[in-house]
Amino acid sequence: MLKLSEINSHYGKAHILNNLSFCVGPGEVVSLLGRNGAGKTTTVKSIMQLVRPSSGDVDFEGQSLVRSAPHQVAKLGIGYVPEERRIFTDLTILENLEVGKQPARKGIAPWNQQRLFDIFPNLSERRNNRGKALSGGEQQMLSIARTLMGNPRLLLLDEPSEGIAPVIVEQMVTTILKLKEEGLSVLLSEQNLHFARLVADRAVIIESGEKKFDGTFDELEANTEIRDAYLSV
Amino acid sequence: MGLFIAQLLTGLANAAALFLVASGLSLIFGVTRIVNFAHGSFYMLGAFIGYSLMQVLPGAVGFWSSILLAGLAVGFIGVIVELLVLRPVYKAPELFQLVATFGVILVIQDLALMIWGAEDVLGPRAPGLKGVIRIMDEPVPKFDLALIAITPFVLFALWYLISKTRVGVLVRAATQDREMVGALGVNQSWLFTGVFFLGAALAGLGGAIQLPKGGADLLMDFNILASIFVVVVIGGMGSLPGAYIAAVLISVLNVFGVAYIPQSTLVLMFVVMAVVLTVRPYGLLGREEVAGEHGQVGEPEQPIKPAGRSARILVLVFLIALACLPFVAEPFFTILATDVIVFCLFAASLHFILGLGGLVSFGHAAYFGGGAYVAALLVNYADAPMELAFLMAPIGAGLLAAIIGWLCLRLSGVYFAMLTLALAQLVWSLVFQWDEFTGGDDGLVDIWPPDYLSDTTVYFYFTMVVGIGGIILLRHMAHTPFGYALRASRDSVRQAEATGIHTKRIQWLAFSVAGALAGLAGALFVFSKGSVFPVELEIAKSFDGLIVVFLGGVKTLSGGVVGAAALTLVQDYITRFEYWRLALGLLIIVVVIIAPKGIVGSFRALFENRLGSAGDKPTGGTQ
Ligand SMILES: Nc1ncnc2c1ncn2[C@@H]1O[C@H](COP(=O)(O)OP(=O)(O)OP(=O)(O)O)[C@@H](O)[C@H]1O
Ligand SMILES: [Mg+2]
Repeated sequence: MLKLSEINSHYGKAHILNNLSFCVGPGEVVSLLGRNGAGKTTTVKSIMQLVRPSSGDVDFEGQSLVRSAPHQVAKLGIGYVPEERRIFTDLTILENLEVGKQPARKGIAPWNQQRLFDIFPNLSERRNNRGKALSGGEQQMLSIARTLMGNPRLLLLDEPSEGIAPVIVEQMVTTILKLKEEGLSVLLSEQNLHFARLVADRAVIIESGEKKFDGTFDELEANTEIRDAYLSV
Repeated sequence: MGLFIAQLLTGLANAAALFLVASGLSLIFGVTRIVNFAHGSFYMLGAFIGYSLMQVLPGAVGFWSSILLAGLAVGFIGVIVELLVLRPVYKAPELFQLVATFGVILVIQDLALMIWGAEDVLGPRAPGLKGVIRIMDEPVPKFDLALIAITPFVLFALWYLISKTRVGVLVRAATQDREMVGALGVNQSWLFTGVFFLGAALAGLGGAIQLPKGGADLLMDFNILASIFVVVVIGGMGSLPGAYIAAVLISVLNVFGVAYIPQSTLVLMFVVMAVVLTVRPYGLLGREEVAGEHGQVGEPEQPIKPAGRSARILVLVFLIALACLPFVAEPFFTILATDVIVFCLFAASLHFILGLGGLVSFGHAAYFGGGAYVAALLVNYADAPMELAFLMAPIGAGLLAAIIGWLCLRLSGVYFAMLTLALAQLVWSLVFQWDEFTGGDDGLVDIWPPDYLSDTTVYFYFTMVVGIGGIILLRHMAHTPFGYALRASRDSVRQAEATGIHTKRIQWLAFSVAGALAGLAGALFVFSKGSVFPVELEIAKSFDGLIVVFLGGVKTLSGGVVGAAALTLVQDYITRFEYWRLALGLLIIVVVIIAPKGIVGSFRALFENRLGSAGDKPTGGTQ
């Protein structure tokens, strides 16, 4: 479904991603793990083409994404939920959802406000409130809901659990599993191993922009060396 | 009472065009973050196109369709400008697009001259609305009443579009975070183009609808610019109701001003603005601009290094060559070189606050002209010797900059820029309208240096020493702790404050210093020409400064100087042709598109590429 091959990305002269390759299969939830500054966000942005890889290829369902504009990537069916959430604080919840709205896609039950409010009941109550009146957790949910309005096949979630109360994180687990049931593929950038293990099928660990591990959580469990070296558990 | 109401109605009617044009400017800025200086030109085109259409379309239907068609036509011209000129430079450093819009102003000026000629045209009166209605015995034109009735509908339609439709939601979202809008699958390019269409069309409508009242002429582009900036700033950037209220406020006050204090009509508008901004820094209905909110990450800044050995030698050789000029060239070239140096000093002073301080002043001419006028007034009224006048010019200009800087620095970003422009216009209008003291439009003449400096060659050397001394002083300051603090304040106010830098005070000082040196350039200017006129304080002069700084390269120390020299020389050559504005405008646009880092920056990039940062050449970076 999504395949990164030998990606290199830079910020100015700083070389961040180093020949990074991995893939996400259809219906699979893959967790991209790594410490602060490992390059998780840069990887996600390189997929979205918000950061342009200097070499290598990103392939999504047979189409190369490099040289596409971010809006074209989104149109192909990749939904991006940024780490900072970036909701439109001056717009109401309903208007935020409107911005994310895209035409229905074959093979996906189209998302609409009602279906999203079923999953995120907190948002429903506050649908006419402005984004800036929401709590951090609510903003995170709105950000996910807004992206789902584009009916993506693949969801890029950048550290959704960051700075969020444990109760809400639990809710998030249920949500992601529900999305998985719907057939959505997910790439989940995370630092929180426990959270990742609850939802993901597979783990990819990166450090300084290089891949250090790619396998199931059971394999990771067995390999304590890797775990201790690259994750702050 | 009757007269009062009649005047009130006239003011309300005048507000119609002003509101249309200002709302377009505000809309375009909100989404694209481009301060569209060519907006006055769109307004002018609307008037001329509307006029031509009214010549061929008869009757009331023809009249009103001409207005609508003029709006549509200007909207499409706006789209052409957006596609051809602005789209290639969206990724250029912030505000660089400004220069492109200056180019557009020049091009449109000459195109209008070619098509409609230099004569002012009188707008046709609206069929069916020709007479007056008597309200409490005072005549009120019917057309005025029509305008008063139409404007709220336009406001409502715009408000509905922006707050109730999907397009409006996207526009508001893009105003806040356009990258995110793109990442959600919306093609921002078309959103930008659409907004440009709408904004330009509104300006065109404004131009056409005021035809029966104001006609059309080639000066209307610059004439309306200051007013619409004032309206947008008073109303609050991005607020349509705010723009409406401000347009009404300004227009009504203007009508009363003309009636009761005709000597100060131009000044009045700026006084109102100063009062409003003192009470509400972000305008009546505006909201605070949070710096960096729009999440634009430019290319990483190259730290500025002190000049290396080879650079110093190069400059020295160049200066020696320059000093030999009077011996090898005709006097004409000596005079030209004097002009170039004066303009270079002016540009360098602007570059100092703009490049190092990140403070974009749209009104730097106030200090150049201010210095020139201080010197001229002293000579004229106090019979001051040139030496004293020359000393007082930078002091006077520096004080003026200190006052204006103090008022403006409470704001930041585009509010700061617009306020500097408006206050500079205040200075201009004071000089322009205070005939008895400043000579008004006739200027002050007969301001010559004493005998020992009166020779062209001698004055050239004097200019060289003072002007280049000033430039070197500015350059030197960049590498003092003051310069470091200034750059730190530009890059991150929070971090600079955390290291104990009082950012506002540093910026204020820098603004005043830059003003003083611009005043020094003004003094050099006035004694080389022997006279000074209000044009030296005009918006166009400030724009010239901005053009050369941006074209030269904001991020390089020599940018201002190189740009100024290039522009003066090109201008000297090009103004011999009839349609030189067209040529210069196109040239500016081309330079903007092919050299988005400015002349110096692009040469440097080329140079560094050739020298080969062999191997790994980063191409990444955020968009
Ligand atoms: N805009 C930028 N310019 C320059 N360097 C950057 C930029 N953004 C990130 N970096 C650097 O790139 C590296 C990778 O950052 P990235 O944000 O991808 O890490 P991350 O794994 O997402 O970290 P975190 O868990 O803190 O979100 C870091 O060293 C960071 O300092
Ligand atoms: Mg991150």
